[in-house]
Amino acid sequence: MSAWRCEGLVYRYPDAARPALDRVTLSVPEGACTAVLGPNGSGKSTLLRALLGTLAPAAGTVRFGGLTLAEWPRAALAREVGVVPQGEEAVFPMSVRELVGMGRYPHLGPWRREGEADRRAVREAMRRADVDGLADRPVGTLSGGERQRARVARALAQEPRALALDEPTAALDVAHEMAIFELLRDLGRAGTTVLLVTHNLNLAARYADRLVVLDEGRVAAEGTPSEVLTAELVQRVYRWPARIVPHPGPGPDTGAPQVVPLAGEMCGGIRAEDGHAA
Amino acid sequence: MKPALRLALLLAALAAALLLAVRLGAVPLSVREIVDAASGRGDPTTVTIVRRLRLPRSLLAALVGGALAASGAVFQALLRNPLAEPYVLGVAGGAAVGAVAMVALGGLAATAAPVSAAAFAGAIVAVALVFRIAAAAGRALDTRVLLLAGVVAGAFFNALILLALTFADADSFRSAMFWMMGSFSGATWRGDALLAAYMVPALAVLLALSRPLNLLSVGEETAAYLGTRVERVKLVAYGVASLLTAAAVAASGVIGFVGLVVPHVVRLLWGGDHRFLLPASVLLGATFLVLADALARVAAAPTELPIGVVTAFVGVPFFVWLLRRRGVA
Repeated sequence: MSAWRCEGLVYRYPDAARPALDRVTLSVPEGACTAVLGPNGSGKSTLLRALLGTLAPAAGTVRFGGLTLAEWPRAALAREVGVVPQGEEAVFPMSVRELVGMGRYPHLGPWRREGEADRRAVREAMRRADVDGLADRPVGTLSGGERQRARVARALAQEPRALALDEPTAALDVAHEMAIFELLRDLGRAGTTVLLVTHNLNLAARYADRLVVLDEGRVAAEGTPSEVLTAELVQRVYRWPARIVPHPGPGPDTGAPQVVPLAGEMCGGIRAEDGHAA
Repeated sequence: MKPALRLALLLAALAAALLLAVRLGAVPLSVREIVDAASGRGDPTTVTIVRRLRLPRSLLAALVGGALAASGAVFQALLRNPLAEPYVLGVAGGAAVGAVAMVALGGLAATAAPVSAAAFAGAIVAVALVFRIAAAAGRALDTRVLLLAGVVAGAFFNALILLALTFADADSFRSAMFWMMGSFSGATWRGDALLAAYMVPALAVLLALSRPLNLLSVGEETAAYLGTRVERVKLVAYGVASLLTAAAVAASGVIGFVGLVVPHVVRLLWGGDHRFLLPASVLLGATFLVLADALARVAAAPTELPIGVVTAFVGVPFFVWLLRRRGVA
């Protein structure tokens, strides 16, 4: 059973030379973690936005839970799908608790007041995203990483069936980045569908059940991390030579493929060599 | 303090301000005299002063203050811009063109009813024009395009006003300037009732949009992901807030500062949740204009100061003090 399924998705930005998405067909399985990878400008965020209904595709269909996006009322979709967008700047002062509390809005409608269940969901979300100590801080005074975790908490407060994140760890240090990925894996284990756009190939390989690699708006590869992450693919898609080594462990992800990009004079030589091999 | 209690206190402050405003004037009145006069007893002159002059005038100040503050709060949220105010989409300029045309070219007094109607019509034309300009740029409800369209339309209306004034005689010129400075001296029960009858449903609609407005002030994409039908909410909120401003301007001319600063004061003191921000802004904006108008009447009596002078002289130092104490986000 798949959470998202899109077929023949085409999207073109105004005045763009080539479509940002070019006949993309893929499905995102339910209750698993899927990571979308690809170089800058390969269409990752565009794909995410099309799957979330923010961008209307020129051609193709997007379904979530069996229904096309047009069939989903906006508020009902917001009760099913939590989103952590890439960047947003609140211009007016607001506390972290207020920001996270907004995650309950899809459940409340215009008039209903927050009940005990809502407050509990907000507290639990702040605890899981490790922002419970920041509850009363104005969002504007947070560091980039803290702000990002507050946004993750807001999506968790929605108690969604599926979670979509656009580069959620871009501004985070190693510890907080790992904590987010651990959290995503826990959510996946508990049955939440996780769809994530990231540049971190190695963490995606360790934590995601499935990888989708985009290149120039097309799906270049799709499958489990060990199927997808090969030296040949990295070289072809990212245009940079790399070696793939197994994760040395210890840990549950021992043996996961890890990408080591090569440096210095190795680039030239191996790039040429790989070029011949490919 | 609970939000409901805060609102109750703000309501009490408004009632006290109204009472004070009715007491003050060329003939100072006691509370007792006011109560008697309001129920039609006592000295006929006092009855006239209270029932025909001060009460409708103070109520108009309260209604206009509430309308402008609520509209300012909504525009700030929709445009995600702390500098936004009720006149940002050209409402003031359009209303002024309508009013000045009537006064300067039609020779009417600034408080005449057709002037008010022309101001309202001008305001509506201005809003429609700004949306048309923005739509011509391809994205009718893109906040940045709308802001630019508002600025451009405002400049055009200013030019029209200056043109009309160039050909006006001295009396009309004075009347037109008087209208543009804003005043509550033309208040009537009928005008008050009209404005109130429009404000009640308008505020109810905006209050129902409180949560979407909270989300929109964070970001449009985020608002969509949290269940808001962004384009529809924006269209309704822009429309209702613009009409609210137009109705206020038609009743009293262009009164600055209230719509810009009152929402900020509420945010700085009590936070930015629109479910509280909107009603609190209405009450605080109303109180502020009632007191400002009373001060405008008595400060340099018998000369009446322009209300805009008072709002700025009182409001600016207070706001600077608040900013220094609290800081902005």
